Amino acid sequence: MGMNRRDMLKLILAGGGSAALTPSARAWSSPRARVDPDRWGMLVDTTRCIGCRHCEWACKQQNELPSDPLSRFSDTSVFEAHRRPDATSYTVVNRFVRPDKPERPVYIKVQCMHCEYAACVSACLVGAFQKEKGGSVQYDGWKCMGCRYCMVACPFQVPAYEYFNAFTPVVRKCTFCFERVSQEGKFPACAHICPQEVMTFGKRADLLIAARERMAKHPDRYVPHIYGENEVGGTAWLYLASFPFDQLGLPVLGDTPVTQLNETVQHAIFKYFIPPIALYSLLGAMMWTYRDKDE
Amino acid sequence: MSHAEEALPVEKPLFTPGVFVLLGLIAVGLGFAVYRYLFGLGSMTNLNDQYPWGIWIGVDVASGVALAAGGFTTSALAHIFHRKHYHAIVRPALLTAMLGYTFVGLSLMVDLGKYYNIWHPILPSMWQGNSALFEVAMCVMAYLAVLYLEFVPILVEGLKGKLNLPAPLDLVRGPVESLLKQGWFQQIVDFAGRFFGKIMFLLVIAGVVLSCMHQSSLGALMAIAPYKVHPLWYTPVMTLLFLMSAIAVGYPMVIFESMWASRAFGRKPEMEILTPLARLMPFFIGAYMVAKSSDLVIRGAYVYLFDGSFQSNMFLVEFGLGVVLPFFLLLSDRVRRSPAGLFLCAALYVILGVLLNRINVFVIGYTPPYATRPYVPSIGEVAITVAMISCLILLYRLIVSILPVLPAPESEEASHAV
Repeated sequence: MGMNRRDMLKLILAGGGSAALTPSARAWSSPRARVDPDRWGMLVDTTRCIGCRHCEWACKQQNELPSDPLSRFSDTSVFEAHRRPDATSYTVVNRFVRPDKPERPVYIKVQCMHCEYAACVSACLVGAFQKEKGGSVQYDGWKCMGCRYCMVACPFQVPAYEYFNAFTPVVRKCTFCFERVSQEGKFPACAHICPQEVMTFGKRADLLIAARERMAKHPDRYVPHIYGENEVGGTAWLYLASFPFDQLGLPVLGDTPVTQLNETVQHAIFKYFIPPIALYSLLGAMMWTYRDKDE
Repeated sequence: MSHAEEALPVEKPLFTPGVFVLLGLIAVGLGFAVYRYLFGLGSMTNLNDQYPWGIWIGVDVASGVALAAGGFTTSALAHIFHRKHYHAIVRPALLTAMLGYTFVGLSLMVDLGKYYNIWHPILPSMWQGNSALFEVAMCVMAYLAVLYLEFVPILVEGLKGKLNLPAPLDLVRGPVESLLKQGWFQQIVDFAGRFFGKIMFLLVIAGVVLSCMHQSSLGALMAIAPYKVHPLWYTPVMTLLFLMSAIAVGYPMVIFESMWASRAFGRKPEMEILTPLARLMPFFIGAYMVAKSSDLVIRGAYVYLFDGSFQSNMFLVEFGLGVVLPFFLLLSDRVRRSPAGLFLCAALYVILGVLLNRINVFVIGYTPPYATRPYVPSIGEVAITVAMISCLILLYRLIVSILPVLPAPESEEASHAV
């Protein structure tokens, strides 16, 4: 290539060296590392829920989402289909009929789980999702490009998108009433309005203790499992039920966070950029070794 | 055996019937794109909260990136391993890669909800390095820059030599020719030629490194959804498998487009280059085949192979027809020497082995937990994808007609020397 050995070596080293000097591994701490031990959680006792759906209405009021008047929420025909949170409903209540007790269906409220190792936080390439130290997962629409990778990542399939918004579409999901809790010192709107005390708002660590006490007191009433205690590394929203969770529309998940594989790989690559620099140097060495070799 | 041939612009008419078809497809796609921008993604796609990614990601982005891999694999062969015999195919492969990645970016501009924020990953305040998509974005941006810079010498050569402006560009011929005559312009061109000639090897190596990084991190994208991607495709080594299949598709893609271009321009296929290239292909396709098979066995995922479901059948098509079949066919010297046989193997691997693989991983193998009906791309989605591909082909034809990318057409004597 019209260059002598010394020049080539200089340039390869310069290339590799300058790559090493680039702003490199801020140790990307896993999102969970920055949370408070006193972070919030919500215990949902589905055995108490009567399906009145006041929580849905309160959530819409709190978040200024389009809503029917409260009187319409007693229309039980909505339960005929299982609904999902969408761009205008951060939470929905679904009904499941137990084959052994058809007269006592199970109602279960669904919303963002505010995971300990949130997949959306890890997936978002511009950091639009953050696990804040109080435990909630917050979304900043200003940063968002609308790539929707968060929706691919979420094992609970929660984030909803404003597909019909042509100019400023954003992702929509439960905010855990962040301002209400952190600035006004109140409970989330859904817990506040629930007439049956289905939801108990408190410190996640305390809620786990309370849940275990409840299960110990009434072993016949509850399936012996707190859903969300360990699923995908644990979630802020915890569930108790009288019926197996997988039959209540909750996904069957292992304890390993879904982020673990990716973060391990990404950290390995970006730690001081060693793999790319090593590859670069290796290829440079091969280019030099194989010079003057014509086929 | 063959001397390095000079590259020349292709002197063929631009407006063939095929080109008019492409223009028509582009016009239709443009119409749908306007609709998308005015009325939102929901108005003309079948994307929803269960299926956030459709064919624009599965085909335009994922397959687009994979099929542009010919750029770095031929660069590595010709420049890192100094196999000068293959020099003639580096430029077309580079052009394919350059156009391919450009259209990945353009497809994203249609798919992204807030496309005007596409530049956000450039800001360090928004860097989120845990994300595989972050790595994809950064490496693709950097690689696109490298590709454009690698293309500069071709541009320089074209500007210095005979610039062949086809008929429709007659309007600009006058100003362009007078610009070319300016002394200062020629100095810039000279400088660019010398500078990029000197640093080209840095760019070539960077191109290979960046390509390895983003081809593999495209595979890592779906690794975050273990509960939603079918076990025939989901594996902890998805990253590695994507990289291996991307490397393996480089040369088949070169053969595919080289033979297609030869047919389009009425030339004989360059078998003296393509046949030895084909001899390398069984190694890479075979390596991928072994890795993928081992992965299925080790994880016990082979139990799904013949359960008759749509997803399993698509895997059989992808792997059986798209990987295993071309692998065994390519072992035969007769197949490698036959233009038809070689084209078939290349097409099988490119279209079924890789394109279908990417669609399978991102769309068909993706099963969200609450879907009430499967995702099928809408007419608008298909139209825009087809338009993107058509535009890429059209630009390829235009550029090879203006700049020295393809080798000079062979004379009668040279074509017998195989």
